[in-house]
Amino acid sequence: MSGTSRIQDKFLELDSKNEKALIMYAVVGYPNEKDTLAVIRGLIKGGADIIELGFPFSDPLADGLVIQNASMLSLDKGTNLGQFFRLVRKIRQESNIPLVLMTYTNILYHQNYEKFFKEIKNAGIDGVITPDMTIEESKEYLKAARSNAIDTIFLVSPNTDKKRLGRIIRQTTGFLYLVAVYGTTGVQNKIQQYTIDALRNTKKIVDRKIPVGIGFGISTPEDVGHFIKQGADAVIIGSALIKLVEKTPTSKLEKTVTEFTKKLKSTTKII
Amino acid sequence: MKSRFPKDGRFGEFGGKYIPETLVPAIEELEENYLKIKNDKSFKKELNYYLTEYAGRPTPLYFAKNLTEKIGGAKIYLKREDLLHGGAHKINNTLGQALLAKRMKKKRIIAETGAGQHGVATAMACACLGLTSEVYMGYKDTIRQKLNVYRMNLLGSKVHPVKSGSQTLKDAINEAIRDWITNVKDTYYLLGSAVGPHPYPVMVRDFQSVIGTEIIQQMKKINKKAPDTVVACVGGGSNAIGTFYPLIDSDTEIVGVEAAGKGLKTEFHSATLSAGSKGVLHGMMTYLLQDKEGQIKETHSISAGLDYPGVGPEHAFLKDVNRVKYRSATDKEVIEAFLLLTRTEGIIPALESSHAIAEAVKIAKSKPKSESIVVTLSGRGDKDVEVVEEYVRNIKNSR
Repeated sequence: MSGTSRIQDKFLELDSKNEKALIMYAVVGYPNEKDTLAVIRGLIKGGADIIELGFPFSDPLADGLVIQNASMLSLDKGTNLGQFFRLVRKIRQESNIPLVLMTYTNILYHQNYEKFFKEIKNAGIDGVITPDMTIEESKEYLKAARSNAIDTIFLVSPNTDKKRLGRIIRQTTGFLYLVAVYGTTGVQNKIQQYTIDALRNTKKIVDRKIPVGIGFGISTPEDVGHFIKQGADAVIIGSALIKLVEKTPTSKLEKTVTEFTKKLKSTTKII
Repeated sequence: MKSRFPKDGRFGEFGGKYIPETLVPAIEELEENYLKIKNDKSFKKELNYYLTEYAGRPTPLYFAKNLTEKIGGAKIYLKREDLLHGGAHKINNTLGQALLAKRMKKKRIIAETGAGQHGVATAMACACLGLTSEVYMGYKDTIRQKLNVYRMNLLGSKVHPVKSGSQTLKDAINEAIRDWITNVKDTYYLLGSAVGPHPYPVMVRDFQSVIGTEIIQQMKKINKKAPDTVVACVGGGSNAIGTFYPLIDSDTEIVGVEAAGKGLKTEFHSATLSAGSKGVLHGMMTYLLQDKEGQIKETHSISAGLDYPGVGPEHAFLKDVNRVKYRSATDKEVIEAFLLLTRTEGIIPALESSHAIAEAVKIAKSKPKSESIVVTLSGRGDKDVEVVEEYVRNIKNSR
């Protein structure tokens, strides 16, 4: 790993405290512009280590119903990139927490990778996750990310073979994102043996070169604790947070999200 | 010029594979197996058997004498894909891919459909070959093409109405991809148009190229040469690329016709190549109808089969290198062409194919009688009579 980033520093810091990372995913503009900030403040107060800001795309083909609906609602309310930049700047005035942008290729490509990565870096974004970006198509994307010191967090799946995993690891900075299940985001099942096997295999091949985060379908503190025990360096929670936001009155949003996050975070300490 | 089987799946800068990592092994398995059967004699023999005995190939190249005389220009020939089993060109591709799926030992087939023609063709091929099929269809399309929903059910296919997004073809593809991600191990995704991640655009093109290959042979018999012009409608673009591809290296003028809906200057059309910009959707880089921040726009066309904000990447390439001219026809022009062909020739064309008829009539007017134009009549219009009836009634009432 060359150079340091907020994400890399965070993992080093957690390591020294014998902790693993809790990564929380929120949809920009959901439930609306103002209350997105309340959600983020709740996440920070509750002890989230890294925040993923999901910028909504009209056709989120890797996402399940919960994130699809939140994305649609956000776009219907007029969420745009101007709003995204306002949100990032506000968070940066209040916190040094690592921020990752998660969106689909077309949003980034449409802006021009180089120009956009420069802009998001200036605003305070540390990394990008693009679920429909494969390493084969990533030449320009990587070039722009490297020249602007944006971490490129690639996803791997339980069916990714060893050789390909090696190729993906070489292009990944910040952390590697292991998709826990065959499926879209937010589909909950009891933890499958193949997921545990995939986590162990991935950790083995990664060989401590980079932290491994696991996400998709993970929703409870028990799940988080279980994956940490099985060797995950980070656990990512998305749809479960959105479901909570959906049913919480806006006056209680920040407090409720703080409590929810605290419970999740409490299981990431290695005893 | 010809882009036969691009290793990186690119036609110039278009195409590629922009997909979730979970699908990468499935796409690689598909590519490997497709390359294996592409030139395999026993596969070709089997496919040919079904195309001939089951689907009804070769289809006639019919000289539309009455229409030609009425227009008074170049001779118009109709490539009668509407006469195929199921009533559309779609069966050329579904038989090919279903046979491939069988060789890959995949028992569960999923598909998306717009107008329902690909869904029906998938259900037929699967019933014939002993496979189970499930079809995703935009909720809006299940209403305007309800006859096809019933046909799929009769054929043993389960139809999933898709209520997300614009509830049309684009959303049906999203949902089919989500299903594939979830059931990647035992499921084969039978894509119906020349779109999606590599190798789909190449594979669908190859299975549909039987259209253009037959046109060349049939015109040689009639005229001793290739047609002067070919015309086909373009949504995703599978009947068009199947018509065009075998003629790419010839001197034939090639014209694709998109859906201009209520007009290119309105927000209500699906003319991706005429009015779109570059972007990434459904695993491919291509032209898209999108807003200034890259959100995909809702489209409109009177024909459900062309109601799609993207287009096959090879068409994007053929446009940029100026090999194919892409034009468009409005809903109004399409209805007029539909009625014209129905009354002059006794052939009821699909609304999709009526786009090609509308443009072919314009071209024929401007050309001498010595020239020949072949129009691919991609499907029959029985499924559309209700939509046409309603459109015509509304016009009468508004007068």
